[in-house]
Amino acid sequence: MQADTPQAPLQGASIIAAVKQAGVDYILSVPDLHTSNGLLKPIAQDKELTLIRTCKEDETLGLAAGLSYGNKRALILIQWTGFLYAMNAIRAMACDQSMPMCMMIGLLGKEPDVPSRQSARFGVRVVEPILDVMGIAYHRISEDADAALIAPAIEQAYAQSKPIAFLIERRPVHA
Amino acid sequence: MIDRKQAWAALARHIMDEIVVATYSSATDWIATVDRPLNYFAFGAMGLASSHALGLALARPDKRVLVLDGDGSLLMNLGTLVTIGAVAPKNFTHIVGHNGSYEANGGHPIPNRQTDFAGIARSSGIAKAQRIDQLADFERAIPGLLKDEGPLFVDLMIEQGELGPRSYKDMYSRTRREAFRQALQAG
Repeated sequence: MQADTPQAPLQGASIIAAVKQAGVDYILSVPDLHTSNGLLKPIAQDKELTLIRTCKEDETLGLAAGLSYGNKRALILIQWTGFLYAMNAIRAMACDQSMPMCMMIGLLGKEPDVPSRQSARFGVRVVEPILDVMGIAYHRISEDADAALIAPAIEQAYAQSKPIAFLIERRPVHA
Repeated sequence: MIDRKQAWAALARHIMDEIVVATYSSATDWIATVDRPLNYFAFGAMGLASSHALGLALARPDKRVLVLDGDGSLLMNLGTLVTIGAVAPKNFTHIVGHNGSYEANGGHPIPNRQTDFAGIARSSGIAKAQRIDQLADFERAIPGLLKDEGPLFVDLMIEQGELGPRSYKDMYSRTRREAFRQALQAG
């Protein structure tokens, strides 16, 4: 258990600004309660981003791949359950073909002051080890300052044609 | 019922600069019919050809994107029809080879051979959906499938083709992917 240190609340607006800064055109998403109010709802209202709502998470991997060939950038916004569901598509596009799949994964149910690897929830606990095994780099997004990690990582993903994951550890707030 | 190779041969006679996204058995027959840089082979996760194609259609609204899908593949990603119906790309044509069989996986039947894919497409918001079961009808439809406002959907009733195994190594190669990327960037 980590000490409960004060943190600046994670602002959805900071994440959205970072995503735009990285030149992302499309948000590809299946709703996640964890990011619903702080991210998905404001994104749906944002005229600078195009939101594509898909039925299942693996669709987003195909969409992002197709978009990337046409030089359009996409952010995949899903929950950890969707990450697990889409594993074969992630394996194919992110790992086998090393495509720039940028995934923002909401860790619904993660205890605020417990590292995800120590979560009582099995599904939350295995996300980081799975990313490690698959060789997918990731950033933990827990407080507002962490949003600064997003744009450079997306830029790098597209420049190097590599996948990247952002683990949304705390529920983003929407002003 | 239609021989898929004959259908693809008929289609190939009309193909110009369209992007063709093909998968599994549809892909092996297509590449044997016409091998060109603007062929895109959806890799890895079965069922996602139309999702790849939707991304391409959004990224390149100036080009017609044609999906050569299979019924078994579509069933693994049936929600794609709802997504396509909602996004409604005008440059999108989805042709599903319907033989009631997981042809590439040994010829086992799909769970329900009688599935009305055109009906599912229509109820998913793709109004221009039709079933075609005669080669002559498909040949007549092709010009419209390449230029009419989409999304368009065809449930193409075909005979079962050759059973797997197939080799996809060349199809999925980095060389082909780079050739596709360059062809797309060139025009």
